Amino acid sequence: MIVARQIYAIVRKDLLLELRAREQVAGMGVFALLTLVTFNFAFDLTGADRAASGSGALWVAIMFAGLLGMGRAAAIERQQGAWEGVLLSPADRGTIFLGKLASGLLFIGIVDALALVLFTALFALPVLRPMVLLVVGLGTVGFGTLGTLFSVMAATTRAREVLLPVLLFPLALPVVISSVRATTLLLTERQAEVGPWISLLLGFDVLFLGIAYLVFGHAVEE
Amino acid sequence: MMATVRLGARQLGPAASESSAPSVPAIEAIGLTKRYGNRLALAGVSLRVETSECVGIFGANGAGKSTLLRILATLVRPTTGYVRCCGLVLPGQANEIRQLIGVVGHQTYLVDDLTVWENLDFYARLYGLRDAAGRIQEVLDRLGLGDRAGERVRALSRGLQQRLSIARAILHRPLVLLLDEPDTGLDREGRDRLQALIADQVARGGAVLLATHSVEFGSQVVSRALFLDQGRLAWERPVGKELAGELERQLRRQL
Amino acid sequence: MASRITQRPGDLWGRALGWLSAVLVALSVAMIFLYVPSDQVQGVVQRLFYIHLPVAWLAYLSFFIIFLSSVVYLARRQPRWDRLARSAAELGFVFTTIVLLTGSIWGRPIWGTWWTWDARLTTTLILWFIYLAYFMLRAYVSDPERAARYAAVLGIVGFVDVPIIHMSVRWWRTLHPQPIVVRAEGPAMPESMLLTLAVTMVAFMVLYLFLLVEKYRIERMKDELAELRLRHSG
Repeated sequence: MIVARQIYAIVRKDLLLELRAREQVAGMGVFALLTLVTFNFAFDLTGADRAASGSGALWVAIMFAGLLGMGRAAAIERQQGAWEGVLLSPADRGTIFLGKLASGLLFIGIVDALALVLFTALFALPVLRPMVLLVVGLGTVGFGTLGTLFSVMAATTRAREVLLPVLLFPLALPVVISSVRATTLLLTERQAEVGPWISLLLGFDVLFLGIAYLVFGHAVEE
Repeated sequence: MMATVRLGARQLGPAASESSAPSVPAIEAIGLTKRYGNRLALAGVSLRVETSECVGIFGANGAGKSTLLRILATLVRPTTGYVRCCGLVLPGQANEIRQLIGVVGHQTYLVDDLTVWENLDFYARLYGLRDAAGRIQEVLDRLGLGDRAGERVRALSRGLQQRLSIARAILHRPLVLLLDEPDTGLDREGRDRLQALIADQVARGGAVLLATHSVEFGSQVVSRALFLDQGRLAWERPVGKELAGELERQLRRQL
Repeated sequence: MASRITQRPGDLWGRALGWLSAVLVALSVAMIFLYVPSDQVQGVVQRLFYIHLPVAWLAYLSFFIIFLSSVVYLARRQPRWDRLARSAAELGFVFTTIVLLTGSIWGRPIWGTWWTWDARLTTTLILWFIYLAYFMLRAYVSDPERAARYAAVLGIVGFVDVPIIHMSVRWWRTLHPQPIVVRAEGPAMPESMLLTLAVTMVAFMVLYLFLLVEKYRIERMKDELAELRLRHSG
């Protein structure tokens, strides 16, 4: 009970702050849109075989925007000065992790929705379907889990903007591969083959949620 | 659930003064050292703070006061040494200890773009306070911020931010207050309110550990003084008439 | 105090390991070039295999050592476990680099290309990037204690991730020859090749152990030096 209330407190605070200061979601959204548009010029996403490269473009947009957002969130947290206040509270470190993950996922989720709508409109690909949404959800959770853990660590280092992608991208590779593959399969009407990729995403999410929950305390000690 | 009930009994309430057992010290630290790379911030500090006591830690900048307080506040793990707070041990029972301590630090621990009320409401939720609204109004009134609840922290002066930071620290009725230069930026009125608050905490059986380099402020509220010099406890004595003069001499010699 | 620094019981072991690995590596080099026949299909370049395989195993073993010492470090916070982790990391990085290079040289005449995106190559490349991230993380954190903690977190997350990375890349695409040493019906290799491989394997393991011990000793001396500096300045 108290855990749920503490998570809610953290999400509520982040949401209020975002409504007040608007430092994250708008920037992430514009960034995702620009990535999609740039990819259109780089790979010509209007051809008949656009489903394959299109899902790649979608995921690059989502992940780059997520990277930007999570890095920003950790920086805001430190610059606002409340981070140590949260650490001083009796909230368990794992709970704090879940709270930060929840608000991170909320923000990336908004950007996901935006990117999917724009993607449908710009490239006439039917991505607004339950299975695609499931893949986007699972991929976002996996990416967000590692991102939340590493952004907190990177925020205290020199050159944090460089360090976060260097830490995140190699380790999130399974998420990248399976999300892109699953989306491509769904867009090319090969639903039958998508099963293993979704299991892989699910397994990845569960495993690293557990590990991040356990090690987060070691990452936030001063 | 058990833990919450047990801790609930330890929290300071109006009737807490009789029940506080004198045998368990509020803070007990033994042989604390802290290394930051090639720098030794603390070089073996042991101290004991009883309940119903306000202990002052004096010393120049960089003497190790903040490091000591941050270790006791569970933010920093000591390189060696061990800490007990009201009988609970760090780092194993850190979350229980966090419920018992209130901390004022160099940072205000406030979210600048939220209002005064939203900040305290956030912390009330983290600490799981019941009757949050009433308690928030109470601490705001105690620090003279009652009519500023709707203002954004960013818009407050440094002194008022500091008062709010103090209000934040006492929100959950902590048994032990760890105050690191709490008088920073405070005006006359703010200092008076802080002094009254410390006196009240001591009178009700709580403990206060106050780090400061301001002899004028410190010597008025502490009952015992410790002097830190280059990460070591240089000397310790009960407060008396000559303490202020002694502290002044020590500080001047260091500078 | 001075005698403790110049002469330790570990020194003798270290020296013995050094000589043993020198002899064994010399023996395996002799076997690779003089004893074992060239592969009938792949020719001379296949002799790289005897170095490539043990080094690859040791590159992955390094990560396992990092993982174990990271777990123990976070649990106990004793600097020696971090020392072990960073020693293993440095060796692992070097060995991973050698795997990538020898693999590339071997692949050029056999596959006709320096690089293919097959599962094992790609996993090894990602492993190399994780090692790189490990060192960058350490380099960008100024407080050594914090650097050790962060590195341990990365060591744990990374080690658990490597099999998943491998699985995802394998599903994604594969070109690599199927395992030929460890198979249910016994290895598909002439005896002389197997013997050479066994000797090289042992030689490189001893070499690895020697390097790990030496690296650990150097790291410990660095820590002691820092300690002495601290005591004299304070």
